[in-house]
Amino acid sequence: MNYVDRANPILGSSVNRIDGPKKVSGRAVYTSDHDFPGLLYAVPVPSTVAGGTITSLDTSAAEAMTGVRAILHHGNIGKLYRVTDPARARVDEKRPPFADDEIRYYGQYVAAVVADTFEQATAAARAVKVTYAARSFNVSPSLESNELRVESQRGDVDGAFSDAPVKLDETYVTPAETHVAMELHATVAVHEGGAFTLYETTQAVVNHQHVAAEMLGEPKENVRVISRFLGSGFGSKLWPWPHCFIAAMAAKQLGRPVKLVLSRKMNFMAAGHRPLTQQRMRLAATTDGKLVSLSQDYLTHTSLLDDYKENCGEATPFMYSTPNLRVRSALVRRNVGTPTSMRGPGAIPGLFALESAMDELAIKLNMDPVQLRLQNEPKVDESTGLPFSSRHLTECLTEGAKRFGWNHRNAGIGAMTRDGMTLGWGVAGCSWIALRFPTEATVELRADGTVRAVCATQDIGTGTYTVIAQLISDVTGLPLDRIEVVLGDTDLPPGPISGGSATTASVINAMRQAVRQAMEAVLTLAAKAPNSPLLHRDPKSLAFVNGAIRAGADDTAPLPFQRVIEMAGGASVSGQGKSEGGFDDPLKKKYSLHSFGAHFAEVTWQPEIARLRVSRIVTVMDGGRVINQKTARNQIEGSLVMGVGMALFEETLYDQRNGAPINSNFADYVVATHADTPQMDVTFLDHPDLVFNEIGARGLGEIGLAGIAAAITGAIHHATGIRIRRLPARIEDLIST
Amino acid sequence: MQLFQVHRAGSIADALKNGAIDSHDGTHTSVRFLAGGTTLVDLMKLDVETPQRVIDITRLPLDRIEDADDGGLKIGATARNADLARHPRVLRDYSVLSEALLAGASAQLRNMATTGGNLLQRTRCLYFRDTAMACNKRRPGSGCDAIGGYNRNLAILGTSEHCIATNPSDMNVALMALDAIIHVQGPTGRRSIPIADFFVLPGSTPERETVIQSGDLITYVTLPPPQKNARAIYLKLRDRASYEFALASAAVIMTRNGDTIDTVQIAMGGIGTRPWRSKAAEDKLKGQKPDAALFRTAAETFLDGAAPQSGNAFKVELAKRCLVHALTTTADMT
Repeated sequence: MNYVDRANPILGSSVNRIDGPKKVSGRAVYTSDHDFPGLLYAVPVPSTVAGGTITSLDTSAAEAMTGVRAILHHGNIGKLYRVTDPARARVDEKRPPFADDEIRYYGQYVAAVVADTFEQATAAARAVKVTYAARSFNVSPSLESNELRVESQRGDVDGAFSDAPVKLDETYVTPAETHVAMELHATVAVHEGGAFTLYETTQAVVNHQHVAAEMLGEPKENVRVISRFLGSGFGSKLWPWPHCFIAAMAAKQLGRPVKLVLSRKMNFMAAGHRPLTQQRMRLAATTDGKLVSLSQDYLTHTSLLDDYKENCGEATPFMYSTPNLRVRSALVRRNVGTPTSMRGPGAIPGLFALESAMDELAIKLNMDPVQLRLQNEPKVDESTGLPFSSRHLTECLTEGAKRFGWNHRNAGIGAMTRDGMTLGWGVAGCSWIALRFPTEATVELRADGTVRAVCATQDIGTGTYTVIAQLISDVTGLPLDRIEVVLGDTDLPPGPISGGSATTASVINAMRQAVRQAMEAVLTLAAKAPNSPLLHRDPKSLAFVNGAIRAGADDTAPLPFQRVIEMAGGASVSGQGKSEGGFDDPLKKKYSLHSFGAHFAEVTWQPEIARLRVSRIVTVMDGGRVINQKTARNQIEGSLVMGVGMALFEETLYDQRNGAPINSNFADYVVATHADTPQMDVTFLDHPDLVFNEIGARGLGEIGLAGIAAAITGAIHHATGIRIRRLPARIEDLIST
Repeated sequence: MQLFQVHRAGSIADALKNGAIDSHDGTHTSVRFLAGGTTLVDLMKLDVETPQRVIDITRLPLDRIEDADDGGLKIGATARNADLARHPRVLRDYSVLSEALLAGASAQLRNMATTGGNLLQRTRCLYFRDTAMACNKRRPGSGCDAIGGYNRNLAILGTSEHCIATNPSDMNVALMALDAIIHVQGPTGRRSIPIADFFVLPGSTPERETVIQSGDLITYVTLPPPQKNARAIYLKLRDRASYEFALASAAVIMTRNGDTIDTVQIAMGGIGTRPWRSKAAEDKLKGQKPDAALFRTAAETFLDGAAPQSGNAFKVELAKRCLVHALTTTADMT
């Protein structure tokens, strides 16, 4: 098993997506594309109050409407159960749909109409008359709590702060944000022969299966979950939402397949959001810029029933060196739908606060903000004392500064101009956890000369199909067009969630182990198959090179592997792989596992028309070894564009008088468009993290969004003199009369 | 969406005949003409528009853009925004209209949206578009949830205690500056309405947005002959760089006489309950030598009487900067 041809290494190259042609030709079947004979359509009825009790639910008019088959609600949905095994079956909104007649947030489903067509169901859903005994509710964006709990602590943070010569004490706010993935949330539920097949917009088929089995009260083998393609999720599709079980129960009750697609408006109600965060940062330093105290007290909102917490202190304890540090937090309840993970949960709002505070501290110190970060670089993870598996933040900062031209910076407010516009430059560091989850995979070498790799993970648009094919190609030497990758189906060996930027790192070892086992099996077969020219050879003397079996380095007529399978009369030979990981990954006891990076942002500012645009971003990433330049760059560039939205546009607003998430459409929930896309220069340092896996790759799906908003608001300050501590930075914050 | 009938009109007479079948039912006109559908279908899906009968006018011969006898331009009501924006005469003689059209919506929407439809475009006020909310425009007498609610993108000029909804169109702002004339055929015959008289203020009847009556069909829009040596600009300010309704926009058409401003027409969008024109502001400029102080004075005059809401006070200053910049740019080009 040696002398593999490495002349054209497929790992680390720029490879087109193997599913690209399917996607651009419309052959990729997404969840809501699924259609079945007799399919019915379900449309939920969201509550129009944010707190209260349902006093009456009159479905008579709706029931009489054309095409209506059923109206499900509290009285007739049937038995739904609560999840009892949250470690295996995670769901953020734990209350089953219609579980009681209490309303706890605006948009909570109170009923669902099932009809022959989507239009009939929609019209009838509007005809369901619901009356409420309304109660007071709270959706205030101003958070307060006296119950801060310590998350991380070292030294004497208060003493060091009060004694220090240079201090900063500021509060930073990030708003509620909604994921607004292009593909709407959808379930197509089929109930046949006592078993469910659920086509779901999910980033985690295996978890979804566990949750659905528990909530529906079914044995796990009676629930199959399928998600072949996802029009992105950004975390909103990691954990199941109530509509999934409404669709499943409707399919079961009516004995017909049921499709339920949420509207964009409902996307803002019961499908998760990033919660509002309010973070008080206290930093203290010596006059020469050595951090001596770092304190983060943060509050985040959550729903009335669930304890989802935005973990804003994720990166704070290890980002910079300081002897005294404390992170404390508290949850504050609001009448809102349950929040959930959104791209880089916790670290992204947290790093907005930390990196903004570092920028402000640098100004107080009259120091270059790059220099301040460089000189507070820690040698180890000071929160645990563990070494970093691989950390190159310093190189990110210095390389980024070089590529950006940071040494041409004039630090004066509004001091730099170009083409009549004021320029602003800002910088921020960033970090994201390196995670991997337990994974099983099967790889088959087939008699038709192809390879089939399968795993119940899923490709949520990040390129997992392609990356797995590259991993298999690298080991077998076979070209990508002979490799088939099948994902997104719980009938396959259990795979990881597509979350936490963990998918690639999770599948590496299992996939490669599986394909190697299959290759070994072919070699064994070559020495055993009756007609094999290699009969009775020692399998250890044989090698699998570029899809063929060689009897030695000088074998001029290697035997294609499919010939061996054919001669043995088989259809395929398979191997299994299994790798470990998880939130309790044993590796975490030995190493601090994180990716790092640095962003440099330039804004243009035209005060005469109050126009601010992000013109240029230079990003340097330390995310381990890159497997595919294209998919990796795509993740970082996509994150940067999302970061422009986070810095300047995105904010879910709740109407204080009725509790509704009010800007629930794409005209009023403003995201960055193509025209807002700055010039982007993304560099990968490509230092392999071989502690983490045999390729040395870490995930890149989220880190690009970390820190970028702080780099942009730092640039805004440089251009305008205005410090944005509450995102997004709106025109009204920048216009001064 | 409610059930409705569709009638495909074969001629203008056929459209008018069918359009006149039903009359005003007090809150909604139950007949709607359908062209591009970019507003109507959208609002029908939301149950905001609930016509019982929809008359498809896309087959009518109203999509032409042609020279008018007086040297102006005659634009068919169903001419698409995309075609109008790229029409050679529009590009040459009415560039402000082209710029305004291209600043609006997206390429896909402009391919569908029509001239007549754009004139009748409904507001993007959130409370108008949500049947769970109070809106006097949608349901007269129900109240206005936008007042005291999310009203950042709503009007600061021409509002009333009943309605603060903005006219969202970019095209209408340019047509307002160009003194367009709207030609209508209806049950009472043919009328030609100067655009200055076309849009009405909400007052206590915000459900009425124009002088169009039930059964009226917009057939053409005409533009007067272009002014010689005129310079024009459409400047649109918004949060992001494209595909967003204006927070403030300005259409300016200016001619010079030596060192001084000879004629000037100014209309603004994003700030009024209708596309806004201020003769008083124009009078401040005529015959004057252009300079920054003069432009600021004109902008102050234009925004005279602005009554901002809880969430849009910044638009007063933003609109002034928008107009000053549009005037400055136009004057520099002259």
